[in-house]
Amino acid sequence: MGDQERKPDLYTVIDDDNIAWMHLDRQGSGTNVLSATVLERFYDELLDITERSPRGLVILSDKKNGFVAGADVGEFTLLGNHYEALTAIQRGQEVFDRLAALPFPSVALIHGFCLGGGLEMALACRYRIARDDPGTRLGLPEVRLGIHPGFGGSVRLTPLVGALHAMDLMLSGRTVDGRSAKRMGVVDYAVPERDLKTAARSLIMDPPFPHQPTKLQALSNHALVRPLLAHVFCRQVRKKARRDHYPAPYALIELWKQHAENERAMMHAEAESVAELITGPTAQNLIRVFLLQEQLKALGRQSGFRARRVHVIGAGVMGGDIAAWCASRGLQVTLEDQSPERIAPAMKRAYRLFKRRFKRTRPVQEAMDRLMPDHKGLGVERADVVIEAIFENADAKRALYAGLEPRMQEGALLATNTSSIPLQELRSGLARPERLVGLHFFNPVAKMQLVEIVRDAETDPEVVARATAFTRTIDRLPLPVTSTPGFLVNRILLPYLLEAVELENEGVPPAEIDRAAVNFGMPMGPIELADTVGLDICLHVGDILAQHLGGEVPQRLRDLVQQGRLGRKSGEGFYRYKKGKPVKQRARKDYRPAADIADRMVLRMLNEVVACLREKVVDDADHLDAGMVYGTGFAPFRGGPLHYIETEGEDTLLERLRDLESRYGPRFEPDAGWGDIAGFRSNEPDNET
Amino acid sequence: MAAQLNPLANGRPVYVVDGSRSPFLRARGKPGPFHASDLAYQAGRALLYRHPFAPDNFDQVILGCVMSGPNEMNIARVVALRLGCGERMPAFTVQRNCASGMQALDCAAQDIASGRSDLVLAGGTESMSHAPLLFSTAMVAWLAGLNSARTAGARLKALAGFRPAYLKPVIGLIKGLTDPIACLNMGQTAEILTHRFAIQREQMDAYAVRSHQRLDQAQKNGYLDEIEPVYDHGGKYYDADDGLRADSSMEKLARLKPVFDRPFGKVTAGNSAQITDGAAMLILASEEAIEKHKLPVLGRILDSQWAGLDPAQMGLGPVHAMAPIMQRNGYSSDDIDYWEINEAFATQVLACLAAWRDGEYCQQELGLDSAFNPIDEERLNIDGGGVAIGHPVGASGARIVLHLLKTLQRTNTRRGMASLCIGGGQGGAMLVERSE
Repeated sequence: MGDQERKPDLYTVIDDDNIAWMHLDRQGSGTNVLSATVLERFYDELLDITERSPRGLVILSDKKNGFVAGADVGEFTLLGNHYEALTAIQRGQEVFDRLAALPFPSVALIHGFCLGGGLEMALACRYRIARDDPGTRLGLPEVRLGIHPGFGGSVRLTPLVGALHAMDLMLSGRTVDGRSAKRMGVVDYAVPERDLKTAARSLIMDPPFPHQPTKLQALSNHALVRPLLAHVFCRQVRKKARRDHYPAPYALIELWKQHAENERAMMHAEAESVAELITGPTAQNLIRVFLLQEQLKALGRQSGFRARRVHVIGAGVMGGDIAAWCASRGLQVTLEDQSPERIAPAMKRAYRLFKRRFKRTRPVQEAMDRLMPDHKGLGVERADVVIEAIFENADAKRALYAGLEPRMQEGALLATNTSSIPLQELRSGLARPERLVGLHFFNPVAKMQLVEIVRDAETDPEVVARATAFTRTIDRLPLPVTSTPGFLVNRILLPYLLEAVELENEGVPPAEIDRAAVNFGMPMGPIELADTVGLDICLHVGDILAQHLGGEVPQRLRDLVQQGRLGRKSGEGFYRYKKGKPVKQRARKDYRPAADIADRMVLRMLNEVVACLREKVVDDADHLDAGMVYGTGFAPFRGGPLHYIETEGEDTLLERLRDLESRYGPRFEPDAGWGDIAGFRSNEPDNET
Repeated sequence: MAAQLNPLANGRPVYVVDGSRSPFLRARGKPGPFHASDLAYQAGRALLYRHPFAPDNFDQVILGCVMSGPNEMNIARVVALRLGCGERMPAFTVQRNCASGMQALDCAAQDIASGRSDLVLAGGTESMSHAPLLFSTAMVAWLAGLNSARTAGARLKALAGFRPAYLKPVIGLIKGLTDPIACLNMGQTAEILTHRFAIQREQMDAYAVRSHQRLDQAQKNGYLDEIEPVYDHGGKYYDADDGLRADSSMEKLARLKPVFDRPFGKVTAGNSAQITDGAAMLILASEEAIEKHKLPVLGRILDSQWAGLDPAQMGLGPVHAMAPIMQRNGYSSDDIDYWEINEAFATQVLACLAAWRDGEYCQQELGLDSAFNPIDEERLNIDGGGVAIGHPVGASGARIVLHLLKTLQRTNTRRGMASLCIGGGQGGAMLVERSE
């Protein structure tokens, strides 16, 4: 290590060729993140290195998982006001400006994660080299937290690769591997591990001209082209996110449109814009949701259980897709059903998933090879996890478990994907009843991150811990819930769907109902959602919940199911479907929906939220918010339903609910839990976790 | 030629533990849904799941394959890795044309007998529908010339050397089914046998009809439980040999025109083996491995023999390969409970049966004192053969050995003989026995 003593978080070695190798190695963490402290240490180190006039600087990470994963998101929540935010951002810009202004060549040597601030650091270097492997991911995902790059990222990326590639990365927040980054021009080389250091050395010993965009790419930043392109970008963004809900992408486009030819002005505007965004409600709520996600992820660390083989029984949509998802995450999967005929369609869906995820032939083949159609049930004996996903019939499930249990490994998980049957009814025939746990996935499995871990007092806590760890193994978010009817997500979602059906029955056009919900921030309107889930399923869940929790299922829903109008899958539900897309008829021009339709749907949902909190369906009030955001897509920019109640004011909402009750009857009767929302937060469960 | 000894006589006993195969899928004029490695993989994985040992417990993997695809060189190793046998698993591919699958079993048996291996995964696979179309040598030479031309002038000159005839593709499958020495298509060698043994078209067609009827019956009776369904990427699965024509009849077959000796020959598409994709995989083990992993035993491989003969009469290969086994074991035809003689052509099996009981043939060609007793056709290919099931060249040898053992198990009988004729003028045979 030469004459350098080892400093915290980073250290530099100067080799015989006088090349400075700066190793990033944040203390006490497996991942490099750019906290304010790390950033200052980095700055000091740059000054030190400059004094020693090396031939060049290579920045690399000693962390196994990657280069730099981004800023310290936790610090974002500590920024009290616009001024504090602006100061912090401008300091970051200064640090990277210093890096960009070094009088010798600099190289970022990238492996694994290189995200957000990490990529902005790399962009401030003269050259970038990425490792060529599937684990290397580069991106600027800030937009997902309601902000955009703030440490000069937008300023440096657009001229480097042109506005199309740059905006694609920044507006979508998607990540790319080394090879794609090379194709775009974000990195100078994508090379295998064995060539990384040789490539870095060669760039410093014989520095070429830095990367330039193609003529066409450069043209995209021209003052005359920008307004036009900005218009196109805005139109594309509008399809995904509304300006009033998600201002960040629009701010980014505006910033680039106004300032792209003046680097300093753009730098300044970038800092101003991020400072504005990050202190606003959308960013704060998205950051909250992000941190909640980290909380749920952390639940998986309570057990060292590492499943390698999964056996799924029931090759229907849910079972088949759960099996495919597990295989795509590297597990060895057997998929059982009564005949090859029932399994074959699941294999087709699996192939489509793998093709979309992996693209290249061999990884797709590997995933297909990991998924064995198993109509004889050969996989049971070796499985670490057995997931039952057959039709919702308690007798059939019990009979199945009775056959399975003696064949299963001693420590293997026995999980059911039931969405409606309490564990108590299912476990009666088991020799070890405490081993049954619910793993409730959502449809479509590959898109919905949430998995409800369903347990009751009889479930072995060790089994719950294992189920939670397994959920993380397959990269889903575990949400522990009690085995009460509807668990959490469906129970809260159902009143909202049923109210939408009421509205439709009253003559409100379905498109207007959906529009009101989307305006609130739901990803899809309730009518379309009901059609997508399947009206028969909605009715089934509705009946079960009504049976346990009271309330009524609208006759309208029953009628539609009777007529065979089951939703998207039958070609007609509330909407008619053409090529899988709903035909939404526009309402008459003079049609004005009642002002309270959104309130009716949302407040019924919130009322159920309060009921769930009161009944302690979740351990932690925050989990409810995370569950609704990741399980239903509940407006993430609102930070979850409970947070929404707190933001809007409990009293205001309760008043509106009472008002609805007086007009529409007892289904709006406020739950007993209203009046003490704050109590749910302080009253954390006293379990040992 | 001096009489050979039984290569397995002095070694350790060789057991067949279990086996499975894919359905044999008729080629339909375009590449089928499966590559050869896919078929072997899918047949093999279910087989491995049936047994308690981990796939890396094998000592080696040996597969027969005549024309593996360009992405499957040494296909045995490709399949071994896909099956999770681990990177340390040695694997090799054998090629003895139509008997490649049997050759793989023979290699595995030899290594177990000699003590080199205890547990071997062996079999054969072929995707004949994926046989390549090739550029002609002239086309390749022209492309190479074009590629190496450096200056614009040279490139132009090279370009000008092109002739449209270069575009005519070489059909790999036709080349593969043509004997390069005798310059005869396999079908023509069958016509030669037809002529030599004065076999009538009606006999051949009747044989073919019976092959279909037997397969049909076997399917209905569930006698083909060695088949594991295979799944494609499009939501389809295949769980039965689809070359079967249950409604095959003399009238229908009579309408077909000869394809090899046109227009006067007798061998038609209907009385020949079908061009087919398929794979068959077997687990072979020593006594030690059986005990160590507590494996079941399906039967034993007792003896094997390879023989060469006139390439133009390659269809008689089984006679030449089976005779020495019969002789050195002192068997008469009645000592064999069941026979599997691969049906490359209906006429070729009929010719084998004729030669077997023909004193003159046995004396002159095999150096025997007298002919064998006739083979009882009720004990030959009882569940159909290549004419109905198809003949994926790399896999058939493994299929007939596996099905023979399954037949012995089902009928609770003891001894079986499996044999194939081999393009290029050879025969291969294997004697198996079911342990009690």
